[in-house]
Amino acid sequence: MKIGTAGSKESNDCFVTVRESDKTDIIIDSVVAAFFYDQIKTTVEETLKEMKIENVIVTIEDKGALDYTIKSRLISAIKRMK
Amino acid sequence: MFRSLLFVPGNNPSMLQNADIFAADAIIFDLEDSVDITEKDNARQLVKHYLDDAVNHPSFIVVRVNPVDTEWFASDIELIQTNKVDFILLPKADVDSLNVLEEKLNDLENKYQLNPIKVLALTETTKSIIEVYKIAKHCRVEGILLGAEDLASELEIDRTNQGSEISFARSRVIFASTACQIIPIDTPNTNIEDEQNLLEDCLIAKSMGMKAKTAIHPSQLEIINKIFSPSQKEINWAKGVLKEQEKNIGKGAFSYQGKMIDKPLITKANNILKKASQYNIKR
Repeated sequence: MKIGTAGSKESNDCFVTVRESDKTDIIIDSVVAAFFYDQIKTTVEETLKEMKIENVIVTIEDKGALDYTIKSRLISAIKRMK
Repeated sequence: MFRSLLFVPGNNPSMLQNADIFAADAIIFDLEDSVDITEKDNARQLVKHYLDDAVNHPSFIVVRVNPVDTEWFASDIELIQTNKVDFILLPKADVDSLNVLEEKLNDLENKYQLNPIKVLALTETTKSIIEVYKIAKHCRVEGILLGAEDLASELEIDRTNQGSEISFARSRVIFASTACQIIPIDTPNTNIEDEQNLLEDCLIAKSMGMKAKTAIHPSQLEIINKIFSPSQKEINWAKGVLKEQEKNIGKGAFSYQGKMIDKPLITKANNILKKASQYNIKR
């Protein structure tokens, strides 16, 4: 199974894990989930769509990262997986 | 142009998202020495999306790429698909590496219809200090930054608080830059907990002719900005000179505070007030 990771668990960052799978699933564990769960999920979905990536399990361990940080970490994790 | 430039590690989201509120005149987003070799791709992605998507940016944006002879340079330079980057800071700069960068920048400017991208040359090798005038004359170069740590390492000498070991290099950078009307920028002070040493280091650099200094921690910016701004004494002198000049129209030289004033000193007075105005120093 191919796996890619990127980021950190420092404040304002997130740790992203992308695993090859037979379906797409997004798991979000965020310190700001109560307010930003939907926004984080949308960022992940849009990035996967832009990169034409399907059938992966994306895990986001978020420590308050801004959207561009989540996007950049996700792209790095996907590229590392390949 | 600027007094202070703050290095921000390219892979540090906390510092990136605060970059616009630091008191630096320019921010250097670093893809080189502050980024581990296993994280180069991560830093590049983060800086790219910060440039594309962050709501607020600093007044001047500098990106320090990796040296041209590294495996990372080609990908780093591809970041420049935006007009948001004002300067590239080229490490280990010499005439050959500047020519490589020049070719890449020409291609990018044509491909993405970009404004001309300026370059700050980081002179941190003995070779670059020797050929610094050729570097200063390069058409892209708008400033030269002395990198004393790498230079000291190559020379196998220790850095001292007094900095006498880098006097020659500082002078070379200052003379070459001034002759070519670009900005000489001083090496960062790495004693981040010693404010007195930073103050003395800034005063020495300024007295030699440096016009700006780099910082490696936001706490260094207040002192750097203060020293590299015109002082109250300088502003008073400049105002006095220009007032006296008005009384002596038609005279090539005149006296002010017991000293002869002529064209070079009038130019100096104008430069002081111009700089004070640029940095909003109203006294």
